Amino acid sequence: MSTESPSQQPATSPQIGVDEWVQRSGERIAGPGGLLRLADRTPPVLLLAAFIGIACAVPLLTSNGYVIGVDADTLLYVLLAIGLNVAVGWAGILDLGYVVFYGFAAYLFAELSSAHYDIHWATWQTVPLVVAATVLLGFVLALPSRRLNGDYLAIVMLFFLQMFNNFTTNGYAWNWLGLSGSHDVTGGPTGVTNIDPFRIFGHVMGPGPRDYVFVTAAGIFVVAILFHYVNRSRTGRAWRALREDPLAAEMMGIPVKWLSLLAVAVGAGVAGFAGSVNGAYYQGVFPDTFMFPLLITVYAMVILGGAGSLGGVVFGAVVVNVLLEILRTPDHARWVFYAAMILGLLAKLRPWRLLGALVAGVAVFGVVAHEIVGAVWARGVGGPIATGPTSFTTHGFWATLIRHWMVLPKNTYTAEDYRIGNYAFVIVIVLVLACTALKGWKRWALLVPTIWGACFVWETVLIEQNPVVRPLFLGVILIVLMATRPAGLFGKTRVEIV
Amino acid sequence: MSGNGAQKQPLLDLRGLSLSFGGLTVIDGLDLHVDEHEIVSVIGPNGAGKTTLFNLITGAYRPDEGDILLDGESLVGLPSHKINQRGVARTFQTLRLFLNMTVKENVMAAQYGHTRSSIVEQMLQLPRARREEREINAFAEEKLGFFGERLMGYRWNQPAYSLSYANRRRLEIARATASRPRILLLDEPAAGMNPVETHEITELIGKLREEGGFTILLIEHDMHVVEGISDRVIALDHGVKIAEGSFDQVATNPRVVEAYLGTSAAVTK
Ligand SMILES: Nc1ncnc2c1ncn2[C@@H]1O[C@H](COP(=O)(O)OP(=O)(O)OP(=O)(O)O)[C@@H](O)[C@H]1O
Ligand SMILES: [Mg+2]
Repeated sequence: MSTESPSQQPATSPQIGVDEWVQRSGERIAGPGGLLRLADRTPPVLLLAAFIGIACAVPLLTSNGYVIGVDADTLLYVLLAIGLNVAVGWAGILDLGYVVFYGFAAYLFAELSSAHYDIHWATWQTVPLVVAATVLLGFVLALPSRRLNGDYLAIVMLFFLQMFNNFTTNGYAWNWLGLSGSHDVTGGPTGVTNIDPFRIFGHVMGPGPRDYVFVTAAGIFVVAILFHYVNRSRTGRAWRALREDPLAAEMMGIPVKWLSLLAVAVGAGVAGFAGSVNGAYYQGVFPDTFMFPLLITVYAMVILGGAGSLGGVVFGAVVVNVLLEILRTPDHARWVFYAAMILGLLAKLRPWRLLGALVAGVAVFGVVAHEIVGAVWARGVGGPIATGPTSFTTHGFWATLIRHWMVLPKNTYTAEDYRIGNYAFVIVIVLVLACTALKGWKRWALLVPTIWGACFVWETVLIEQNPVVRPLFLGVILIVLMATRPAGLFGKTRVEIV
Repeated sequence: MSGNGAQKQPLLDLRGLSLSFGGLTVIDGLDLHVDEHEIVSVIGPNGAGKTTLFNLITGAYRPDEGDILLDGESLVGLPSHKINQRGVARTFQTLRLFLNMTVKENVMAAQYGHTRSSIVEQMLQLPRARREEREINAFAEEKLGFFGERLMGYRWNQPAYSLSYANRRRLEIARATASRPRILLLDEPAAGMNPVETHEITELIGKLREEGGFTILLIEHDMHVVEGISDRVIALDHGVKIAEGSFDQVATNPRVVEAYLGTSAAVTK
């Protein structure tokens, strides 16, 4: 079976057909610029250590419980995103059941460490058991993927999610196929509460987020390193192969079905750990947590960062969760909104004169609109600015500026006037569509009222409704991403040859 | 390995193979055998069922009737990856590389069936995982070395999509050989190549047998290739074997000429 390496004989073979083109291929593939390139060149371990370092420094540097809480939440999301990335990013499986694993693990942990069944196992017992059980559930839920793929698998997975939601919500009076009396399994809508915190080497973690920052960060550190190695080994390579072309992979000796199961199950294992942390950290599990919105959020994190790239996925989770957190408070949300708008304009409008003209146009338009409305309909400008508890956009200079530039009707929510915002919403959408249809100066001119209109909708309707704004923001981020970097911030653009 | 293999039983033996899609019979009672160390070419007009034959052997389709024996053991009903691990590897008429993986990774991925380390061993980088990784890396370089400078050195770490068309065809062959088959099924390896490249591929196929020790079943429309290397040629039409023998015998067979008439000028090219 030994073969003579022919590399000694290039001199004899003619140079015809040697494609210099290929040799230069590396140069032609445009690499990412600036920050992204820096991240690309730094060894991954250093990046990971830096990330973990920063995350763990937060509770040491501040005693602000809210900030530490956001830190812990974010780390939990990072863990979830790393887990989802295995199936979605590496193996290319549409794993829409992922949240079920997270929820299952949280509930299992809760029931093994609370008064619900009066079981109080030690952490070193529960966590491994929960992780193992969740991996097993991963295998079971992925079984349909042996027969199904694409749309069918997605629908079946969604069905599992719905079943799980039903079960957790109605599980307070569960009747096993009529075989026994009804029985409280999940605690129903109010969930399971008073869950034991983690106890590691006799040290009780919490209450409060501080200790869970360290626990989760340690988890991320370990999982990221283990996964990094898997990604570079035979299994990771096989996952990539089946993502690229399952049929060819199968014919090259790769057991595609087994590897699909494995990808879902390994991801589920991470969700299993994250779920345990969830139970211990929040000291309660509730059915509403593990529903469709969470699935969308974690998916958005993976896609934003760049499915398939560990670092990218971590970054995506941080950005999305911090953004969503900021959007909770109207006053902070206002900054995000205006910053996003200005950044968007900066990125899209090249000649700075055009940008300047546009900003001036919007400013003048607003002031004029304010004056006109004020003259015709006094109540139309008599409203207050949406407020946060303490803020400097609701008092002082910025507040005055906004008040004189924006039209803020009083009592927007009274029966007659609540429609103002809705009409404006529709008008803004029509204006945006018109902007995409028009060309040249007409477009720039129309952009002025469009931008002002968007700000109007923001100030009078959206800013106070963060349940609407948060998903809306996610949607906008994803749409912008799809238009600019379909592979995500750190993902490699995948090439298809037609 | 040598000695008794050649005469006793064929390496690949298809017996009375039939397959139809709905009402359309694509392979019809086909008997075909390939001996160890032989190069057999399958020719036939478009739609004759040549690629379908490969799909049957590799387990993409299951035959309605008949049996497929590799070294006396039936392959029917096995999943494709098992068939590959038994010793059958193929290339695709329409290239199916792992385009966004590097050249070397494409070849390494095909050795999945010849490595054993579990995912836990990989996570912890235990000795077996590390050793296997080194081995398949070296093996991949050796297999790529087969193609001389075409797939050498700097090209190893480039994504497969950056290769020229002809090199992608070569890489598919390299990937197939890396799964350590006994028989290689090559589906039109010279399609879309210029005369120089076609000549090279012809030599390469010969070398795969001589140095690589592979048995080869080849589908090819380019009669220069077929004439140059085949021990035996089999002509298919509508899934039926219409001629078998040396290239000259088959090329002059009236049924073959008739089958090609009007459909393509391939036989006279
Ligand atoms: N999955 C399928 N379903 C239905 N018909 C099929 C399928 N696969 C192949 N066929 C039909 O079987 C016939 C043989 O196809 P096949 O691809 O084997 O031809 P071929 O000999 O390889 O032709 P070519 O020289 O063009 O590659 C064609 O008529 C094709 O349409
Ligand atoms: Mg074909």
